[in-house]
Amino acid sequence: MARAHSPRRMLITTIAAWGVALLIFFPVLWMILTSFKTEASAVASPPQLFTADWTTENYAEVWARSDYPRFFWNSVVISVGSTLLGLALAIPAAWSMAFVPGRRTKDLLMWMLSTKMMPAVAVMVPLYLVFQKTGLFDTRIGLVLALMLMNLPIIVWMLYTYFKEIPGEILEAARMDGASLWNEIVHVLTPMAVPGIASTLLLNVILAWNEAFWTITLTTVRAAPLSAFIASFSAPQGLFYAKLSAASAMAIAPILILGWFSQKQLVRGLTFGAVK
Amino acid sequence: MTLTLRALLGGSVALALAGAALAETTITVATVNNGDMIRMQGLMDDFYAKNPDIKVEWVTLEENVLRQNVTTDIATGGGQYDVMTIGTYEVPIWGKQNWLVSLNDLPADYDVDDLLPAIRGGLTVDGNLFAAPFYGESSMVMYRKDLMDAAGLTMPDAPTWADIEKAAAAMTDKAKEQYGICLRGKAGWGENMAFLTAMSNSFGARWFDEAWVPQFDQPEWKATLDTYLHLMNEYGPPGASNNGFNENLTLFQQGHCGMWIDATVAASFVTGKDSTVADHVAFALAPDNGLGKRGNWLWAWSLAIPASSQKQEAAKTFIDWATDKDYLALVASREGWANVPPGTRTSLYENPEYQKVPFAKMTLDSINSADPNAPTVKPVPYVGVQFVAIPEFQGLGTTVGEIFSAALAGQKSADDALAEAQSIVTDEMTAAGYIQ
Repeated sequence: MARAHSPRRMLITTIAAWGVALLIFFPVLWMILTSFKTEASAVASPPQLFTADWTTENYAEVWARSDYPRFFWNSVVISVGSTLLGLALAIPAAWSMAFVPGRRTKDLLMWMLSTKMMPAVAVMVPLYLVFQKTGLFDTRIGLVLALMLMNLPIIVWMLYTYFKEIPGEILEAARMDGASLWNEIVHVLTPMAVPGIASTLLLNVILAWNEAFWTITLTTVRAAPLSAFIASFSAPQGLFYAKLSAASAMAIAPILILGWFSQKQLVRGLTFGAVK
Repeated sequence: MTLTLRALLGGSVALALAGAALAETTITVATVNNGDMIRMQGLMDDFYAKNPDIKVEWVTLEENVLRQNVTTDIATGGGQYDVMTIGTYEVPIWGKQNWLVSLNDLPADYDVDDLLPAIRGGLTVDGNLFAAPFYGESSMVMYRKDLMDAAGLTMPDAPTWADIEKAAAAMTDKAKEQYGICLRGKAGWGENMAFLTAMSNSFGARWFDEAWVPQFDQPEWKATLDTYLHLMNEYGPPGASNNGFNENLTLFQQGHCGMWIDATVAASFVTGKDSTVADHVAFALAPDNGLGKRGNWLWAWSLAIPASSQKQEAAKTFIDWATDKDYLALVASREGWANVPPGTRTSLYENPEYQKVPFAKMTLDSINSADPNAPTVKPVPYVGVQFVAIPEFQGLGTTVGEIFSAALAGQKSADDALAEAQSIVTDEMTAAGYIQ
């Protein structure tokens, strides 16, 4: 039975929730505000949230100095491509682990997850050489493969958790009705798991979009995505903060909008199985 | 004209166009994000007009990311870059490994003898010029002449550390948030250790003796660190252990620093439109202790060709264009003399127009007073003024920088910091095989 909440408690909870939300959002807000400041007001001491001399000059300069559409398109291809390829491999894998588990399935899942614990830099030189020798360096297909492999454990885990919630009897009934394995996965399992697959897809698009280590290390010009676009405006001395903020805002805007419109699916997918 | 003749002519034109397209060479240039490099990208129309058969693709990255990427590429012979922007730290190390192409055969009109001797010396290994300087810098004292006048003091053009302390004491008024001196305190081999290593040279200190034995247990290093901590604790701004180049620039521009000893390129910022004290800034050489070495560094961002590049001729053509005298004249004609990349050529400092730039002479004098091949009072087995040109230095410099930064933050004493640095560096150098 649901407990009744007093108005006072509701008010406190609401204020606390807004406080936490603002705290989390504050760095993004700061970055967006900085992108509209002059370089001088961006580094003013003490820092100022607002300024008297707002400007859109940084956006104009960033746009003029670099080929934003090319970086953007590379990000779209790499993040969507790696996620779709990952899903194509992970759905059958998660199906087998959820519905026909073997003795070592749990160990296999743990091993897959453990590969995420290795620091990326540990395999930088070998992967760099492989990419060079195979002609995958600075290609979108190379990055699609790299990011797909990197995120595959997460995709499999998310789908496995989701599939485990689907009663196996439904698939069994489909099988008794003569459904082939292909039909069972494509026409029975997948439609039931659409919310889970959608949230997995969205989360992995975001992860791939934001990935910066491999996308900068394994590209130079042709396949460089928005992470490299941001890096091109960064300076170690901390100069050009306003332009860096404008470039960052342009890089995260598409994924922020996507996240905003798909937040229901994201939250549902991420909290699935948390409450029984 | 017959149809056949037209077809032949059309075919010839198409072949000629295809031939031209085939003849075009595309080179990839890796560079850092700073004002001079970005300005060069805006002047490429001049390069293309002179070299229509070469196309340039840019990879602009933050300095540390660039260093990681080009190091990986050059160490694995990747050949992804045809021209690399590298610093004076990399050139001696990579040159010795034969990872770079010698630029000794640049055309005669390039006038290699016009390069400033100190800068050229830092980019030459065994007689081979392995990189062409795009811009060079040293460090110097930038100070508030109005505050010095108010205190009844005059800053010598070549001050000693005693002069600096006297001026710092006179200009400090903590109640008004006015601090006599601002220096780098943020940990890092290119942050506080660039300053402290250069400063230690003027105290007769050195990182290693001729047998690669660390020297932090010697009195010269103690004098260096004691002086630095005393200056910063008594006359420096609060929280100085977090201050790097940018933080100090902001402090100085907003009138909180009486003096700032840092890169010569900062001179254009502290006298620029964003500075509230632009009209009151004057310059002096970095201080010394009368031992024959000043506490200034030497750095140059330079263009080099990795040995793995397949397009070395086109790369040389680009480097010739980007670093010769005509390029300086091009920048001056389009952007003014104050925006010309400084610190590379003698002829620039002989130009009467450039001599009108207020910090030009002091920049030249600072660069000339640093010698990367003999950086210290006592002999050393390494090259480099504010660094030691060995691959291990990035890690060592940052580790020692963290220890000294902790001492500045009051977390440990100078003696403890020096003992810790001595112990760690000795262990690392032994493990790396330098100390037998």
